[in-house]
Amino acid sequence: MLALCAMSRITRKDVERTAELARLSLSDDEIEAMTHDLGRILDHVDQLQALDTEGIEPTAHAIPLATPLRADEASPGIAADLALSNAPLQEGYAFVVPKVIEGEDS
Amino acid sequence: MENLEAQRAALEASELSSLELVSAALARAEAEGRSLGAVVGLRAEAALAEAAESDARRRAGEIRSPLDGTPVLLKDNMVMQGEPTTCASRILEPFVSPYDGAAAERLQAAGAIILGRANMDEFAMGATTENSIFGPARNPWDPERTCGGSSGGSAAAVAAGVTGFALGSDTGGSIRQPASFCGVVGMKPSYGRVSRWGLVAFASSLDQIGPFTHTAREAAWVLEAISGHDPRDSTSLPEKSPDLVSALTGDVSGLRIGLPKEYFVDDGADSGVVEAVRQGVAELESAGAKVVEVSLPHTPYVVSTYYLVATAEASSNLARYDGARFGRRAEGVGDLDSMYRRSRSEGFGDEVKRRILLGTYVLSAGYFDAYYRKAQQVRTLVRSDFERAFEACDVIAGPTYPEVAFSLGARLDDPVSLYLGDIYTVSANLAGLPGISLPCGQLQGLPVGMQLLGRSLDEATLLRVADAFQRRTDHHEQSPPRAR
Repeated sequence: MLALCAMSRITRKDVERTAELARLSLSDDEIEAMTHDLGRILDHVDQLQALDTEGIEPTAHAIPLATPLRADEASPGIAADLALSNAPLQEGYAFVVPKVIEGEDS
Repeated sequence: MENLEAQRAALEASELSSLELVSAALARAEAEGRSLGAVVGLRAEAALAEAAESDARRRAGEIRSPLDGTPVLLKDNMVMQGEPTTCASRILEPFVSPYDGAAAERLQAAGAIILGRANMDEFAMGATTENSIFGPARNPWDPERTCGGSSGGSAAAVAAGVTGFALGSDTGGSIRQPASFCGVVGMKPSYGRVSRWGLVAFASSLDQIGPFTHTAREAAWVLEAISGHDPRDSTSLPEKSPDLVSALTGDVSGLRIGLPKEYFVDDGADSGVVEAVRQGVAELESAGAKVVEVSLPHTPYVVSTYYLVATAEASSNLARYDGARFGRRAEGVGDLDSMYRRSRSEGFGDEVKRRILLGTYVLSAGYFDAYYRKAQQVRTLVRSDFERAFEACDVIAGPTYPEVAFSLGARLDDPVSLYLGDIYTVSANLAGLPGISLPCGQLQGLPVGMQLLGRSLDEATLLRVADAFQRRTDHHEQSPPRAR
């Protein structure tokens, strides 16, 4: 029999751990709903376990392309003021974000 | 005067100016476009100025392309310098693009007049254009029904005659399925045919831009204008884009149309949909094409494969929305981590969160091989299915979607059943093939779409068959009640 046993069902704990990895904060209700929905989706996609893919090369891109190369010549990029034009907060030529490194003062 | 071919003829005969065409289209965009929820932003002043420039070019005999002077809408995930691009998401609500995407650039180089932006599912994730901060887009054939998605606004706008053409993006059917629901032509070119530079990424190995029109001929004009190599998209094909218009000979004699037996099983599509598609195929047969049965044995697995690959890529692509450099940042965040978390949690809608979570899960340690790598391997099997099928046929035909447009709200609580509807469309993305949906009949007053799939890079044959079908039928001339 080729079919492997189905993956174990996703738990609330798995969803919490995954949300942590994805930097999403979920409410209790959201965790409940996502656990249910992801469980149903994973139940369905578990059908793939029945296929024998031993030795099959994975496809990352449908149309195989070699990495294109170009001459290493300087060319204009996006201007700093334009690049900063969508910054939620900026100062001079910098994006301002909350303090990253703990210290005395900033 | 609401289809592209008629607009082009009127411009060429000097019966109408671009200024008149664009003014009328802007009025329709404000009226039907807004009431259908299809249009979410307009650049009226700029469009009128560009129309006047097009008229000046025409007077000087310097027309750039068949599209010169004709109005168009872009799905709200293609950037244009100085214009907002929201992807129908709260997280991109404040975004104004600092650069031009390739699609906008090429349309403008062809002289087309970009009117504004069309509604979509948030980040192109959905099949109903209901996952949108702007509210749902509606189907012009019945406003209580969905126009499909995710490029639903573009499809609805073209069906309602707001513009003669529009652009959408197709990651798993997001052009072809709404085209089918709205009774217009929607085409997904081969992967790499149209540059993705400036298309907000959902699943980079699957995303492709393509046109909505009323006819295959018009689709050929648009595709010729927007396709071609672009060094800024490293997956863009190095080959020059082919001359498509000259391929539209109307002659399909001897061409082999493959019907995958897996697309015509008893518990597959709605029987009325299947009947309309079979009649469409019979029309091609009477035009001299040969109908053959082919097999795509991995069809039952394509939806699972697609949702694993697409969500994995999406979870990675959407990691860039962190509130730091662009887009919406949550208010009053004290530290970097809460800036990320709160900006993302407040900025993304439920379906986007669901897909980010699924994608993150299948890429995470312990699940990568079982899910993501497995799906990539099955993707290889799906590609091989098509390679074998195309040894026996030149074009594959079948339904675009298992049913006609359903009611708004009907599938909101059932993501799995909505995903399963993508069974006929996702394969073209997994295998990189060109596909087109064209109207082939009606069921209870709603359009039915027939999908044709072609060999990789063979848009010419695909469009030739679609054009030959439309020369012999009038399904594409039917318009929804509102636009009559």
